Amino acid sequence: MSELIRFVEQELAARRTSLPTFKAGDTVNVHVKIKEGNKERIQQFQGTVIQRRSKGTSGETFTVRKVSNGIGVERIFPLLSPALDKIEVLKSGRVRRARLYYLKFKSGKEARIKELRTNTAKA
Amino acid sequence: MSAIIGKKIGMTSTFDSEGKSIACTLIQAGPCVVTQVKTTEIDGYEAVQLAYGEKKEKNTPNALIGHFKKAGTTPKRKIAEFAASFKESLTLGQTITLADVVAEGDKVAVVGTSKGKGFQGVVKRHGFSGVGGQTHGQHNRQRHAGSIGACSFPARVFPLTRMAGRMGSDRVKVKNLKVVKIFAEQNLVLVSGSVPGANNSFVYIEK
Repeated sequence: MSELIRFVEQELAARRTSLPTFKAGDTVNVHVKIKEGNKERIQQFQGTVIQRRSKGTSGETFTVRKVSNGIGVERIFPLLSPALDKIEVLKSGRVRRARLYYLKFKSGKEARIKELRTNTAKA
Repeated sequence: MSAIIGKKIGMTSTFDSEGKSIACTLIQAGPCVVTQVKTTEIDGYEAVQLAYGEKKEKNTPNALIGHFKKAGTTPKRKIAEFAASFKESLTLGQTITLADVVAEGDKVAVVGTSKGKGFQGVVKRHGFSGVGGQTHGQHNRQRHAGSIGACSFPARVFPLTRMAGRMGSDRVKVKNLKVVKIFAEQNLVLVSGSVPGANNSFVYIEK
């Protein structure tokens, strides 16, 4: 990628600094602004991050998966979208892959992800 | 109409105030130098010649070195002429920057040379739909043009009948591109949508 494009994307992505760091396997709660006519309200979507795509670019997205009433629901969010009010990281998971597509084929206890114990948590 | 010469850098995307993602093209444009002002008395028509991009003097013909010296500038890579209806009348040797031509929120037209596609058939070049299905005797002509005219009358193929041939490398103008953002310090402008040509090719921004 051109140096100039990288510069412009950095200039336009001022939001990025205010975002928390999270990765695949983490449990997040995404607050999405939804416009209904003139009114605006916040909708929450809580689930596991199963991938982050196009990292470091302006088109970066992440996919959140949750199981709602026994039905798997996945939502793709553009990371830098102004429609995202807030991203809360609730848990970080211990996973060995960057793309957790295997979760789609697992259900119940099999679909759990172990929580990541960091050194600070131990101490 | 005012105009400026630039270079297509590449594409990226950003979000508008409503949160919609918009694809954008980044163009590095200007500063350009006025290398000639054509007038009705001398040249028979009104026009302004602009030059953009640095070039080594050893790679420049003497005739052009003289031409640039007249305008009091160094040799430039690209020279282009524009109809002379800039806001203010321009003088020889004057420098035009991006801010003189466009502002954020403006609608501009961008002219470029489209990417060359080589020798292409009628389906890609003119949008023909080919010769129907694969059966009923079509053994090797799925993407052909079909008939190009009648028989003993007119006994010829009409001029401009669309056929296969060289595609691309044409001068293409895209109108109504919105100026999303300007980075004056780096001479960069971000316009919505795509722009003809390959990255690093010269483009003209007209307003």
